[in-house]
Amino acid sequence: MANMCPYGSFTHAVVRGIPETFGKTAGDGRENGETSVDQAKAQRQFGCLTGALRQKVGLQLIEIPPDPELPESWRIDDVAVIQGHTALITRPFKQQRRSEADAVRRVMSELNLTVVEMGAEEGDTGGATLEGSDVLFTGREFFVGISSHTNRRGAEVLADTFRDFAVSTVPVCGGARLKNICSMGGPDTIIISSSDGAKKTLRMMEQLTDHHYEVLTVPEESAANCVYIKASSNRDFLLHRPAEECPDSVSAFQKLQNYTLLPTACSEASKLGASLSSLCLLINRKHTYF
Amino acid sequence: MTTEAGSETEVKEKAEESAAQTDHSEKATGETQEVANAEGDEKEKEKEKEKEGKEGKGISRYLPTWLKKQKSQSQTSPTKEVPATDEVVSKVAQEAEGPAPEVNGHAEEVEEKEAVKSEQVKEKEAESDSNTSADTEPAKEEKVEESAGKGPEETKVATEGEGAEEPKKEQEEAVQGEEGGGGEEGQTSIFQSPLRLVRKTKMKLVVCRVALLDGTDFTCEVEKRAKGQYLFFKVCEHLNLMEKDYFGLIYTDSHEQKCWLDPTKEIKRQIRSNNWQFAFNVKFYPPDPSLLTEDITRYLLCLQLREDVASGRLPCSFVTHALLGSYTLQAEFGDFEPDQPRPLDYISQRTFAPNQNKEMEEKILELHKSHRGMTPAQADTQFLENAKKLSMYGVDLHHAKDSEGVDIMLGVCANGLLVYKDRLRINRFAWPKILKISYKRNNFYIKIRPGETEQFESTVGFKLQNHRSAKRLWKVCVENHSFFRLNAPEPPTKARFLTLGSKFRYSGRTQAQTRMASSLIDRPAPSFERTSSKRISRSLDGAPMISVTEASTAENGREPHLELHSDSKVKEVDLSPGDAEATPTQSLGASGLAPSQDHDKTQDEVLKHQASISQLKRSFMEAPPPSPPQPNQWEKRLTSSPAPTIRIQQQQVESVPQTEAAAADNAISDTKEPAKTTEVEIEETIVVQEVSKAPKPGLVTVTVSSPAGPTEQETREQTVKVEEEVAAAEEPKAVKQESISSESESEEEAEYHPNVSVSISHTQIPEEKEEEEAQEKIEEEKMAEQDLSAQYAPSLPAEVSQPAEAPSREGEESRKEDAEAEEKNAEEKEGERETEESTDDPMMTPDEAPNGLTLPEESVTGMVAPAEEEDEPKINGEASLAEAEARPQVICCSEPPVVKTEMVTISDTFAAQKTEIATKEVPIVHTETKTITYEAAQLDGNGDGEPGVLMTAQTITSESLCTTTTTHITKTLKGGLSETRIEKRIVITGDCDIDHDQALAQAIKEAKEQHPDMSVTRVVVHKETELAEEED
Repeated sequence: MANMCPYGSFTHAVVRGIPETFGKTAGDGRENGETSVDQAKAQRQFGCLTGALRQKVGLQLIEIPPDPELPESWRIDDVAVIQGHTALITRPFKQQRRSEADAVRRVMSELNLTVVEMGAEEGDTGGATLEGSDVLFTGREFFVGISSHTNRRGAEVLADTFRDFAVSTVPVCGGARLKNICSMGGPDTIIISSSDGAKKTLRMMEQLTDHHYEVLTVPEESAANCVYIKASSNRDFLLHRPAEECPDSVSAFQKLQNYTLLPTACSEASKLGASLSSLCLLINRKHTYF
Repeated sequence: MTTEAGSETEVKEKAEESAAQTDHSEKATGETQEVANAEGDEKEKEKEKEKEGKEGKGISRYLPTWLKKQKSQSQTSPTKEVPATDEVVSKVAQEAEGPAPEVNGHAEEVEEKEAVKSEQVKEKEAESDSNTSADTEPAKEEKVEESAGKGPEETKVATEGEGAEEPKKEQEEAVQGEEGGGGEEGQTSIFQSPLRLVRKTKMKLVVCRVALLDGTDFTCEVEKRAKGQYLFFKVCEHLNLMEKDYFGLIYTDSHEQKCWLDPTKEIKRQIRSNNWQFAFNVKFYPPDPSLLTEDITRYLLCLQLREDVASGRLPCSFVTHALLGSYTLQAEFGDFEPDQPRPLDYISQRTFAPNQNKEMEEKILELHKSHRGMTPAQADTQFLENAKKLSMYGVDLHHAKDSEGVDIMLGVCANGLLVYKDRLRINRFAWPKILKISYKRNNFYIKIRPGETEQFESTVGFKLQNHRSAKRLWKVCVENHSFFRLNAPEPPTKARFLTLGSKFRYSGRTQAQTRMASSLIDRPAPSFERTSSKRISRSLDGAPMISVTEASTAENGREPHLELHSDSKVKEVDLSPGDAEATPTQSLGASGLAPSQDHDKTQDEVLKHQASISQLKRSFMEAPPPSPPQPNQWEKRLTSSPAPTIRIQQQQVESVPQTEAAAADNAISDTKEPAKTTEVEIEETIVVQEVSKAPKPGLVTVTVSSPAGPTEQETREQTVKVEEEVAAAEEPKAVKQESISSESESEEEAEYHPNVSVSISHTQIPEEKEEEEAQEKIEEEKMAEQDLSAQYAPSLPAEVSQPAEAPSREGEESRKEDAEAEEKNAEEKEGERETEESTDDPMMTPDEAPNGLTLPEESVTGMVAPAEEEDEPKINGEASLAEAEARPQVICCSEPPVVKTEMVTISDTFAAQKTEIATKEVPIVHTETKTITYEAAQLDGNGDGEPGVLMTAQTITSESLCTTTTTHITKTLKGGLSETRIEKRIVITGDCDIDHDQALAQAIKEAKEQHPDMSVTRVVVHKETELAEEED
């Protein structure tokens, strides 16, 4: 709240490259049998994303090199929640992913963010798990999806970290992640899919909030995850899934007035349950207080 | 005579106490012949002696007793303004005035007399309310002792304390307490303000200590029986605060719980302990502080928030802590001074956050530097702009368990009710979604409006620690809902005698009202000292700061640390010679924080206004002493708000037929509801015209009775203030009051239907009552209530519902049965004047059948739309009753001595659409005018439009005791038909206790008899009441 910058103002983006072990599950290193992913294609898509962030939007891009030992480290959004000058290093559900945080923590420190840890495995926060993909920050408050990967304890830690804001927990149905079914499309706009589970979550969000949000409903679930950035030029950018991936939803994005729409493919990461927002951490270092 | 009081365990204490009061009671007895007679001559003589002793009039000793009696009467007469009460009232003032300053001497005196008095005292006890004397005694003692121990911090206290110390050695503590009390009484009696505020004047005063937001204590004396708002107003006056509706006083109850002091109730009955300590706090956090009108209000809000933040009640992040702290520094010290040596020192002496550390302090300093040039007011504004965004801003948390026994927190705020588990928000119920809030024992329930997809309302229950917590939460909810969501406070439910349940309602102004009120503030910005040093010295318990004593805050010169830092001192002087006071001493000690130039400037400006401000202040705050019955200028402007001052409502005794009232026991409030089924039809057709000049004209809600449900014209408590001459007679009255006022305390459950629209809530109130289960927690009170109801049964009708809520519930006294009998004799303080046009409530008339007068149904059934009324001639020519005239104004005979009147006409048929009428008018007045039009349905179509030919017109005037009847007969020839209109204007003038219903019925009856061939087509009741001014 101390940040008077408009919502979505970012200066930096932190990403982590696609390792060759892409597609393997963290820890066991086994091939994911059910989904076949194209690692090369994933890297290309990753390149498109970073290019858009850097060249179109104009963010400073910090790319952490991939670590083959950490097959899921590209889902960098999971390991940190950043608001203002504070970065909460999360504790992902999978034990094996927790070391992904090391590199991220370093970068945060270099960026002079206040790094907050979730604490020891034991003690107060013992058992707390939290992944960034379950955290939706609207600019006014946090919604934390209680999912298979994020529990209430984790949400409490988040609430304790970002005390200025209301932190509400909402259920996420069907094993999805909160940001898989919704995302911010602007300072007061929530983009959400029209699935039943999403509707349920949205109802809960509406119930819990003191604010009024515009809701942009998209027919495809994968389209609900977008990345909204207000560039320094004061232009609104929206990275969204391209028409090839979400043919029915693109028209919905057209409704956003004066936006620069940046269709960004993300089909491979999507197969692994990730999405556009999973791939980057956005930071605003021009943090002003008044 | 000694045996009379023998049963009391604390005889001695009482004896002493009453001894001090003896002459009061004596005088009282003088007034009350009965008592005097009862007492033996000897006693009287003894008393006289005492009196003489006290008053030092030796001659009186030789006067015959009857002479003395007279004398005592005459003496008391000046204090008579104060209505006599069950407790011996008026005399203390006289006595106290003299000795007040010299407490010690007084004490000795008392001692001497003690022996003599003790005998009589017991007797007095019988007369006086034993409770009060006994209860309050300890309170005073405590106070005195306390103050004595603390020493002369504040002058008032000091004197009191000294007074207490001396007697202590010589006398028992009880007496000391008396002494202290006596001295205070003397002081305050000079001002008289307290007396006015509280109708029942008690001469007993107690010292209240109010912790202010800046950390200082405000000490003031209030009458023991003063209501909460009296103290609150005193505090606001002290603070020079006008936008006071956001604030309130907190006391700690016997269970260590913080509770809001109810302004409408006696303080003593709320604190239920003798701890007269309060804290002035923000009660309703304005969601947008920038909408506050005055800087001083924002400043106070800032102080509250700083404390909230520093204590952790208002959680915020590191950065926010730093930011808020930096604005605090800027507001209090002005621009950052780079030359300041070791600036961190003075920062670390202050608490900005619960977990403050060096890092944060550095951040604060860093940010402080960036605020250069910001004025204190700007800094406060910035502070608030940031603070208001905090998610817990204005959220009042209560511990609770959910239905599964899980610990949660319930947060009440401007928007609704929030449910937290730990720090997480897990549910939220916005006010619009809540249909009903209730509690029962330790359960708290909210009934939720069904969602779009749901069919049924659901009820969510929470368990609180105990029923007190549940009730406290419920009250907070009711108040927050009313304040933030309603345009005008919901009227309190009527006093119900046998039904229980809290009738508590928010009584202050709503946010909407207070905003409107503040928009009218046009005084120059009041000057105030922006410093929190005092608070810091107190609240920083753990802080490693220089030991700053409270006393030191007052004067820099005394600050021992100043010497140590002579540099800083000098510096300070150079930079801002004039600002010494404004600079917190403790910061001085650390380093000279020179107030910025800006700061100085503003100070100067402020000083410039000083004169005019003080003038204004005088006129606003003091002119009508603290809170006189008469609204001061400020209050007058706030026409729309329920005046916090005590005002006596007009009494509308007339409108309720007694029989009906008795019948409608459970629904006392709907006086308009006839009990008979047959008349229902008639009721439907009634046109109610309301001219309301209620003090709260902002919203006048007129409800028209419909067949479906009882109509409630809610619920002003009608109070009749009858001054009683006989002390003895007063006792029952007092008892009644007490039981009424304590009613809400006793119940274990209550409900509240939050509704935005006042009118809706009205309609729901009846339900509520019915739903409420009568549960008596306190047996005694029950008894008391029963007594009351028994006593009042006949007087119930006196309670007439009114569309507008009483400005304050002060008037809770219900009138006595015998009021009627006494009224004529009674000194009319109320100055009530009621003028009744043609008759009172037409609605009642059907019920009034007693007189055999029933309006023809046909005539009633046709509804006339309000708008149409004036145009339509409703007369068939057969009308026997007074008036064919549709024009209400014609009917209004009485000229309101007062102000603007807004006429609102509501017809039943349109009740659905127009149940609520908001008059924009802000009445400044004390007069209430009410017009009720009762109209026959049948209208002659040809009557309209066609003027006809006037054949004859005559006016006859007749007068009787209290009525003036003007009969206006016109004969018109219209289209071959001759139409005779008889319009009778009956002015009933008189005291409140005139049976207007009777008069109305009589008038109708007469009219009917006189013109048997005619029908009554319309009855307009125009009632005008002058709101009684409290006391003279």
